[in-house]
Amino acid sequence: MYPDNYRYSKEHEWIVVDGEIATIGITDYAQQELGDIVYVDLPRPGDSVAAGKSMGSVESVKAVSDVYSPVTGEVVESNAALTDSPEKVNQDPHGEAWMVKVKLFAPDEVNSLMTVADYKEYLAGKE
Amino acid sequence: MRYLPKSEADRREMLAACGLESVEGLYASLPEDVLLKRPLAIEPGKSEYEITRYFRERGEANANGYASFLGAGAYHHYRPVLVDVVVSRGEFLTSYTPYQAEISQGTLTTIFEFQTMICQLTGMEVANASMYDGSTATPEAAQMARRITRRDGVAVARTLHPEYRAVLETYARSQGMKIAEFGYDAGSGASDLEDLERKVDKDTAAVILQTPSFFGMVEDVKQAAAIARRQGALLVVVFTEAVSLGLLAPPEDADIVIGELQSFAIPPSYGGPYAGIIATKEKHMRQLPGRLVGQTTDSRGNRAFCLTLSTREQHIRREKATSNICTNQALIALMATVFMTVYGKQGLRELAEQNLAKAHYLAGLARRRFSGPFFNEFVAVGAPPGEVNRRLLERRIVGGLPLGRFYPELDDCLLLCATEMSRREDMDAVGEALRGR
Amino acid sequence: MIRKVRSHVSQNESLLFELSAPGKVAYQLPELDVPPVDAAAALGAANVRDEVAGFPEVSEVEAIRHFTRLSTHNYAIDYGMYPLGSCTMKYNPRINEAVARTEGLAWAHPYQPEALSQGAMDVLAKVEDALVEITGMDAVTLQPAAGAHGELTGLLLIRAALEAQGNPRQTVLIPDSAHGTNPATVTTAGYVVRNIASNDRGMVDLAALERDVDENVAALMVTNPNTLGVFEGNITRICEILHARGAMVYMDGANMNALTGITRPGDFGVDVMHLNLHKTFSTPHGGGGPGAGPVAVKKRLEPFLPLPRLRRAAEAWTWDYDRPQSIGRVRAFYGNFGVLVRALAYIMAHGGEGLRRATLDAILNANYIRKKLEPYYDLPHKAPVMHECVFSDDRQSARGVRTGDIAKRLIDYGFHPYTVSFPLIVHGALMIEPTETESKQEIDLFVDALISIAKEVEEDPELVKAAPHNTRVSRIDEVTAARKPILRWRP
Repeated sequence: MYPDNYRYSKEHEWIVVDGEIATIGITDYAQQELGDIVYVDLPRPGDSVAAGKSMGSVESVKAVSDVYSPVTGEVVESNAALTDSPEKVNQDPHGEAWMVKVKLFAPDEVNSLMTVADYKEYLAGKE
Repeated sequence: MRYLPKSEADRREMLAACGLESVEGLYASLPEDVLLKRPLAIEPGKSEYEITRYFRERGEANANGYASFLGAGAYHHYRPVLVDVVVSRGEFLTSYTPYQAEISQGTLTTIFEFQTMICQLTGMEVANASMYDGSTATPEAAQMARRITRRDGVAVARTLHPEYRAVLETYARSQGMKIAEFGYDAGSGASDLEDLERKVDKDTAAVILQTPSFFGMVEDVKQAAAIARRQGALLVVVFTEAVSLGLLAPPEDADIVIGELQSFAIPPSYGGPYAGIIATKEKHMRQLPGRLVGQTTDSRGNRAFCLTLSTREQHIRREKATSNICTNQALIALMATVFMTVYGKQGLRELAEQNLAKAHYLAGLARRRFSGPFFNEFVAVGAPPGEVNRRLLERRIVGGLPLGRFYPELDDCLLLCATEMSRREDMDAVGEALRGR
Repeated sequence: MIRKVRSHVSQNESLLFELSAPGKVAYQLPELDVPPVDAAAALGAANVRDEVAGFPEVSEVEAIRHFTRLSTHNYAIDYGMYPLGSCTMKYNPRINEAVARTEGLAWAHPYQPEALSQGAMDVLAKVEDALVEITGMDAVTLQPAAGAHGELTGLLLIRAALEAQGNPRQTVLIPDSAHGTNPATVTTAGYVVRNIASNDRGMVDLAALERDVDENVAALMVTNPNTLGVFEGNITRICEILHARGAMVYMDGANMNALTGITRPGDFGVDVMHLNLHKTFSTPHGGGGPGAGPVAVKKRLEPFLPLPRLRRAAEAWTWDYDRPQSIGRVRAFYGNFGVLVRALAYIMAHGGEGLRRATLDAILNANYIRKKLEPYYDLPHKAPVMHECVFSDDRQSARGVRTGDIAKRLIDYGFHPYTVSFPLIVHGALMIEPTETESKQEIDLFVDALISIAKEVEEDPELVKAAPHNTRVSRIDEVTAARKPILRWRP
């Protein structure tokens, strides 16, 4: 379920790095907690995002939740397909429903995030 | 008290069930020092007859049975009988905001029809379920433009209704919004678009232009849109006379259209309650304030309607909401919906044509201050405004609005409005008074 | 057994646009007594529109049937109890509607000369006086169009007053039990929200408040009684804490139906408050408006009130625009006059004693319901309540049934649901406000319905989860509505 090469945050975002570009989304656990996602609001290319700060939001019919950036950097692309098909976040949170691609300011930052083993343990603690 | 459906026996029984001996026990949790120790100094309850008589007398102390040539944001149009028949139905009158869709389809369906008709009239793609009024829709539209463009300033026409401008200024002060005004051409009366060009820059979120303007002039929306667009600003078009939309080209070049629907069977009622609208392009839909009704299906596949995109709103997003607005003007919007239904495609146009004809007849009896095209209002010069109105009052006619109050440079001018309810002999009287007779 | 309703057939109805056919009309204009004008010549051809595509074309009989049929798809107070917590859905007296249509009032133009507006101005003065007396404040502005608009006006007044002293400050404190309009208004007014946690009784925590109020705090926005229906017993002390640090107290008057005639916010230290006339004073809700949200203030805030102010000059009323410290206009003209007329008719019908009587009956109804339902539903906060009571769905959610399901099942029993999932500090809240205009018989039917549903939850939870069963539309797909919004009809 949770890809081994991803890193995870306590706010249930995942991140995967390719060179200096990181791709970010929310985890399967997060989408289940939120229920049917009806809208995704993402930062625009050129916006800067900061680790631990809100960079956008996901909405169900009667709730809005912030999406926090796990890293600091500049947005190079956001997933426009989610605007028309927010249900993808429910269907394929770790794949097709990636949210933003960010150019990292400090690629090392990713190492401070949880590994898949850590994250699974973290989720187990929530039950 | 006739609205309290309980007998004394009921009350005793209910108190006993609560384990209380007296009504004082009901508020025993209040500290002694906050209790009001005397009866409210409000006269004892009155009968229906007494209440009716009081208001009838107050009504008689107002202008009654006068012809009127006042417009300026509130218009005298005929109200079809059907309007009150519909809005008097308890199902519309005494229901709440339609959160419980299964038992609110009546209100939801009429709002969906309202949103559709506002789109058809304005040339926009989405409209909300209504705003408090046109004046408060103005800062809401400005805020919306600021969110979309991420810019701060707004450029506002000096011929936007002066009270709308004043409301915008009040909101702007607390929101760090910078307002620049652009003037009007002294000859034509239309907005001075060269001045607009000077006032728009890279920090301008919106250009706000009223058409027909406060002076009744038909503005060049296309040109204003082009100027705004060149600098990346949005164009907000405002109307106060909704009947004009029956005849005038819809402001399709605008990004946001706001306006006041009072003309659509909403009584002038000394200034309120009215209903405002806000409409926009689909791409800006999520930045709209207020309620929106959407079409969907129920679990059996029937067409149904519900409030939607609620996450924009205060009850969910709280301090991050698009606006603090909670109430819309559902019942007032329903008046407008019935009005639009009664007049319909053909009637609204014919109504607008009658307004145009009456106002042009009246203008033919007067000297116009401005030369540009106008709909059913225009600025007249002649005998001093105070004197004109005084003469007209003697003939039980309320004349025009003296403009000096809002535009010192026009203190010799009257803003006159004629509608389908203006009679020819009254207009002739206005013409005479303007000529000092 | 469901005693109040049985299933009823209502007619299907198409949208107006689907009923339309070219050439049908529901209007006739009077004969034009002036020469017609060619629109293209007068306005310029480019300024004249083509026909309004898709606009309705129906006859008068179709129009009236359309709206009448649609009306029967609504529930309303006229059908029965509407116990929405915090919304004060009380009976709407029809005399209010009748007097609002008085010729000289309904057709008064806002710019007609003051000499010909004395009747309307007299009405406004009388409403101001009554609200001053009811709230114990010193002055009232009638201009705000609704409660949230009143909140904004109130905060702008606070900002202006603090600014006049040199510093508008930055923060407004809001208890976590507050209505969503409060934080939204704070942002609109240019302040920053700081939430403060309620104590275990659902009330403002004095110790936390002492800690949180500093020189950055402009005001506390407090609802009293709060959204649990509990009177803030420490309100006097709360006001003292704020005042001692130069801050002010804004009271959200949404729940004034619990206080009228018993206590007055002006007497317990509140600086500024709004009233919801469509709640406490029964001007109808009308499916979501219009309302009116007058703001009442203490003397120190009076100079800042919005323009214009009503003033007695010689023998007549006049509008005073010469008020240099005013925050300016908050809306065009003078407020929702027609709503104010209805509120005054309501106040006149009750009189001082009647208003107090209404408050007591409202409190009695809420406490009676609380007592009767306590054996069946979890009551998380035990503090005495005023005009509303809040249960949680704790016992029912153990069976997989949530407050929203119980609410939908209540519809099958012939009632409008209570307020669902609010206040946020109660998990799975059922917020019930009966108001004073319900008879014991209607309340007993309501209580029986909720007891019956509690039993259904035990015996057949699926029945409740699939409710409502007897409405013309079943549960509505709100997810698709939000994902793929269809906000207008298209051919």
